[in-house]
Amino acid sequence: MKRDLVCIICPRGCRMTAEITDSGVLVSGNACKRGEEYATAEMTAPKRTVTSIVRVSNRVDTMVSVKTKEPIPKEHIFDAMEKIRAVSVEAPVRIGDVIIENLFGTCIIATKDVK
Amino acid sequence: MQKHDIVIIGAGPAGMAAAVAAYDSGVKDVVLLDREQDMGGILRQCIHNGFGLHKLGTELTGPEYAAHYKQMVSDRGIKVYYEATVTGLTPDKIVTAQSREGILKFEAKAVILAMGCRERSRGALNISGTRPAGVYSAGTAQKLMNMEGYRVGKKAVILGSGDIGLIMARRMSLEGAKVEAVCEIMSYSGGLMRNIVQCLEDYDIPLYLSTTVAEIHGKDRLEGVTIAKVDENMRVIDSTRRYIECDTLLLSVGLIPENELTKSAGIKMSPLTNGALVDENRETSVEGIFACGNVLQVHDLVDYVSDEAEIAGIGAANYVKGLKTAKKAVGTVAGNGVRYVLPQVVHTDSGEDIALFMRVVKPYGKVKFTVSSGNNVLATATRLKAAPGEMEKIVVKKDKLIEANGDITVALEEI
Repeated sequence: MKRDLVCIICPRGCRMTAEITDSGVLVSGNACKRGEEYATAEMTAPKRTVTSIVRVSNRVDTMVSVKTKEPIPKEHIFDAMEKIRAVSVEAPVRIGDVIIENLFGTCIIATKDVK
Repeated sequence: MQKHDIVIIGAGPAGMAAAVAAYDSGVKDVVLLDREQDMGGILRQCIHNGFGLHKLGTELTGPEYAAHYKQMVSDRGIKVYYEATVTGLTPDKIVTAQSREGILKFEAKAVILAMGCRERSRGALNISGTRPAGVYSAGTAQKLMNMEGYRVGKKAVILGSGDIGLIMARRMSLEGAKVEAVCEIMSYSGGLMRNIVQCLEDYDIPLYLSTTVAEIHGKDRLEGVTIAKVDENMRVIDSTRRYIECDTLLLSVGLIPENELTKSAGIKMSPLTNGALVDENRETSVEGIFACGNVLQVHDLVDYVSDEAEIAGIGAANYVKGLKTAKKAVGTVAGNGVRYVLPQVVHTDSGEDIALFMRVVKPYGKVKFTVSSGNNVLATATRLKAAPGEMEKIVVKKDKLIEANGDITVALEEI
C-alpha cells in the first residue's frame, strides 16, 4: 500500500510518500526524522492529541482547557471526548494536573491554571 | 502622569515577548497594558495544540504557550495593568488608558504597539439575505465554546478556510456538531496544509474551493445558507446555487490589524500589510514607537510573533539606551510574485544580518527568491513550494547588506 501524506507535526507541512513494504514503512519527502515517525504511525496506527475543555464546578462560568498528555489512537477520539464531557473539576487547577487517569494508554491533563 | 522607560500596549504573545526581551536587554522599567483580565491575548481561547514547535522545541496548546511567557513576565517583576483599555497615543509618547482606577496616563521614552488584530465581520462581506442569530465570526464562536463553555450550534457551514475556520471545524465536530462544508472563495486555501489534514480530512468535512455563501436564510435563527461557485471575477455563478440546511454560519474571512491608536499617533501605514511601516528594529515612522505581532502583520504562527516581538523589544531598549546609530536607510520593494516585504525600511549600515519577511501573491511550486539592490544580488533562497498562507523569511548577511546602494527588491521566479 502506498499513500501520499502531508506531515502535520510542524507547520512546514512536508508532502511525503509512504509505502508499506516487507521491511517496514518506506518514507520519502520528509525533511526530518519526526516526519518519518509520523508517516510510519499514520500508515500503521494513526494517533492524535485531543484538546477540549472541562467545567470548573466551583467557579462561575469558568472552563479549564485540557489535552491528552500523549496522542491517542485516532479511532478513540470521540470516546475520549465523551469521557472528557462527563467530568468536571474543582479549582484550584494547575497546568499539568491529571484530570482523567488512564485513558487509552495516557491521561487527560489541564493546560491552564485556574486559581 | 506616570513616567516609564517602555510602555507596551497589549499583553498577548507579542507584548509579553517584547516586555521580556526589553527587560533582558537592560531596560527594566517596562509596563504592560491590557484590556483583558489576564495576559495571553488570543492564545487564551486557542486550546488546540501545535504552538511552540519552532520557538520552544515542544508542542504546546495556546494556554500553555501563554503561560510560558506569562511566567517569564512575572519572574522579572514586570508590572501589568489589567482591564486597562488604551484610548489615546500621541507622537510624543503619552499613552492614555481607561481602567477600574479611572484614567491612567503614562509618559514613555519608548512605546511598543502589540494590540493584535480583529476579525473581518459579516458587514464587510455584503452577503445578501436576512440577519438571523447564528452567524458568528470564527473567533467569537471559539471564545464562546472554549472559554465560556457554550455549544454554538448543531449544524454548521464555515465560510473561509483560514486557520481559525479550520480549527473551529474540528472543534465543532468534536463537540458533536455536524460541519456540512467549509467554503473558500479563492481557488486555494489560506490555511496551513497541516490544518486541512488534521481538521478537515480527519473528520470527513468537505472543502469547496472557488465557492462562497451567496445568501443567508432564516428569520430569528439561521435556517440555512445558499452556497455557490464563483467565476474568475469572484461573481456567483447562479446555476451552481445550492441550499444547505444549518443553524450556524462561521466566518473565517480574514484578520485586520487593530491600528486605530497607531493612526491617531500619525504613524505612517502600509496599505499592503495594514500595519505600520517599520525598519529592521520594528521602529515606526514616529521615533521611539515600535510595533510587533499581528498589529504589524498578520502571522501564521505564534512562534514568529514571539520572534518579531523580541526584535521590537530589543530595538526599544536600544532606543531608550541611546544606542541607535545606523543612518543609511533604504526601502524594500516587493517584486515579481511577492505581495509585500517587511521591514519596509532597512539600515544598510546596521552591522547586523537582517531577516526579511514576505508573502507570495499566489500558490507556487518550486521557486527561487532573489534579494537584490540594483545589479547586486544580496541573497537567494529556493523553496520547494510557496503559498500566500505561509510567510517566507530570507536573511541578508551584514557584509552583503552594505553593498546595497538603493532600494532592496525581493522577487521570485518559478524554477
